[in-house]
Amino acid sequence: MSSQTKNPETAVARETPVRRRRRVDRLPYLLLLPALLIIGVLLLWPLGQVVVMSFYRLNSVRQLRGDRDWPWVGLGNYTDILSDPFFLTVLRNTVLFAAANVLLTMVLGTLVGLLLNRLGRKMATFVASCVMLAWATPALTGTIVWKWIFDDTSGLVTWLFNALPDGLSNGLFGRSDWTGYGWFNSPLLFFAILTLVVVWHSFPFIAVSVLAGLKSVPSELHEAARVDGASPWRVFWKITFPLLRPVFGILIVLSTIWDFKVFTQQFVLAGGTQDRPTFMLAIYSYAEAFSPPPKYGLGAAIAVILTLILLVVTGFYVRMVLRQEDES
Amino acid sequence: MKKVALNGAGLLVALFAAFPVYWMISTSLKPSNEIFSATPQPVPTHPTLTHYREILTGNLIPGVSFLDFFLNSALVAVSTVVLSGLVALLAATAVARFRFRLRTSFLIMLLVVQMIPLEALVIPLFLMIQRLGLYNTLPSLILTYLGFSLPFAVWMLRGFVAAVPKELEEAAAIDGASRAQTFRRVLFPLVAPGLVATSIFSFITAWNELIFALTFINDQGSYTLPVAMTFFFGRDDTNWGPVMAASTLFTLPVIIFFLLVQRRMVSGLVAGAVKG
Repeated sequence: MSSQTKNPETAVARETPVRRRRRVDRLPYLLLLPALLIIGVLLLWPLGQVVVMSFYRLNSVRQLRGDRDWPWVGLGNYTDILSDPFFLTVLRNTVLFAAANVLLTMVLGTLVGLLLNRLGRKMATFVASCVMLAWATPALTGTIVWKWIFDDTSGLVTWLFNALPDGLSNGLFGRSDWTGYGWFNSPLLFFAILTLVVVWHSFPFIAVSVLAGLKSVPSELHEAARVDGASPWRVFWKITFPLLRPVFGILIVLSTIWDFKVFTQQFVLAGGTQDRPTFMLAIYSYAEAFSPPPKYGLGAAIAVILTLILLVVTGFYVRMVLRQEDES
Repeated sequence: MKKVALNGAGLLVALFAAFPVYWMISTSLKPSNEIFSATPQPVPTHPTLTHYREILTGNLIPGVSFLDFFLNSALVAVSTVVLSGLVALLAATAVARFRFRLRTSFLIMLLVVQMIPLEALVIPLFLMIQRLGLYNTLPSLILTYLGFSLPFAVWMLRGFVAAVPKELEEAAAIDGASRAQTFRRVLFPLVAPGLVATSIFSFITAWNELIFALTFINDQGSYTLPVAMTFFFGRDDTNWGPVMAASTLFTLPVIIFFLLVQRRMVSGLVAGAVKG
């Protein structure tokens, strides 16, 4: 926002040789003003504020209201977190989860995009419509349905596992009766189901974007390669992938950002903020700040760490988008 | 042979993608004994609207009905749409129609703020809401969602404004129309479809939001639908029939709206985006 304070001299210097109709047109700035105000107050101010708050010991709502002082603790919150082995667990959970989900989403999404490109018209429309349904479903209700599918008594998955021949089920998993089995009880299973839900929600966007990219690639290229006897694998890596590289770049960055911030799906699957072994940065920050006793300063410090990670990723993103804008 | 394999894969993908939505609707139409039977029915054998009647006539939480929550959500979402549409249209016109210093900086800022993890802003915004005395009020959510939906709305609308031929406005100017008149009579009608698409996006953002609604509203009567629904789960024995009916009523408007604008969403998203 500091760029707002403009230097009038350079503005004039730029204007004179061109001699526009209106010398310095105020209108665009006037039109931008409400948007700048809103973004400044509702996004940028809180962004700065979260950094400020992370340096204070804030443990009550009365401090937030301004009725009580904010004791300065400097980097205290950060040293508290970084020396807590639990934070490392959370960080590891977050990074592994994001990596696995980005990879799975990209692979599945790309495969579905390639598939949609090869299917006949009617079939492609049908499959694409179904894929759109998964994308359109709100994170909240999508997760609620998956929770029902994994219900421990009448859920579909419990039924499926019960339907396995007892011998097979016993041999593989050491149990044949799955009624009452807590699908969300072990962290590993919880993360597996969360991954399923998140990938289900997010692969459609990748598929549709890849499809849009493929449609812009001249099909002669592929045909020529195929006539020359190239395998589909080679065609993909030698022709499709290089052409779609900019699209893939943006998709990977967007997926990374989204997967680092997963909150709603986790909150609903875990039934709140009690399930500490499955914490990731976003929910950890929230739980520290808002579950009693509140620790807003500590929560803010975790939020700052999450933001810093994402800012690095965003840097790549902005560069890629700007490069694309230049080309088009 | 290859065609069969491709179509088979297509069917599998379609099943994976659409099944949960089907299962939600199908469960919502089953009587309770079918829902909780040991063998799930693929199709409701005795379809019933009992669960819908239950949530629409009864109270989800003592004293508060599903419709109250629905109205809270609708009020918040519609207010967000109107405000962010208005502000975004002005800003989009500025960036699409004028070349001015700071234009590129503004566009870069739009991209960057869309990437801010909103989860990280919940604490400082809670502070702001506390100080403004808006805690426990719906305007606290309208304000918050306005900030969240605006950057993408500007980004999306920018394309629509740029697509209106400049010559039309110039012709109007030559005919003696003022800038305001040109804006109202020429640009606005032509951008209207784009404004609708952008509005739908803002609506979905506000309609789906959970964390901030969970944090800023403590009074049950002011819960939005997502918050009400997370409280709707019994901790141990969830009554899935009404839950699925409520989920269906919550989801269907979103799916319908989404399908209306998805094509525009794709192009908007690839160039910089947020997703709920």
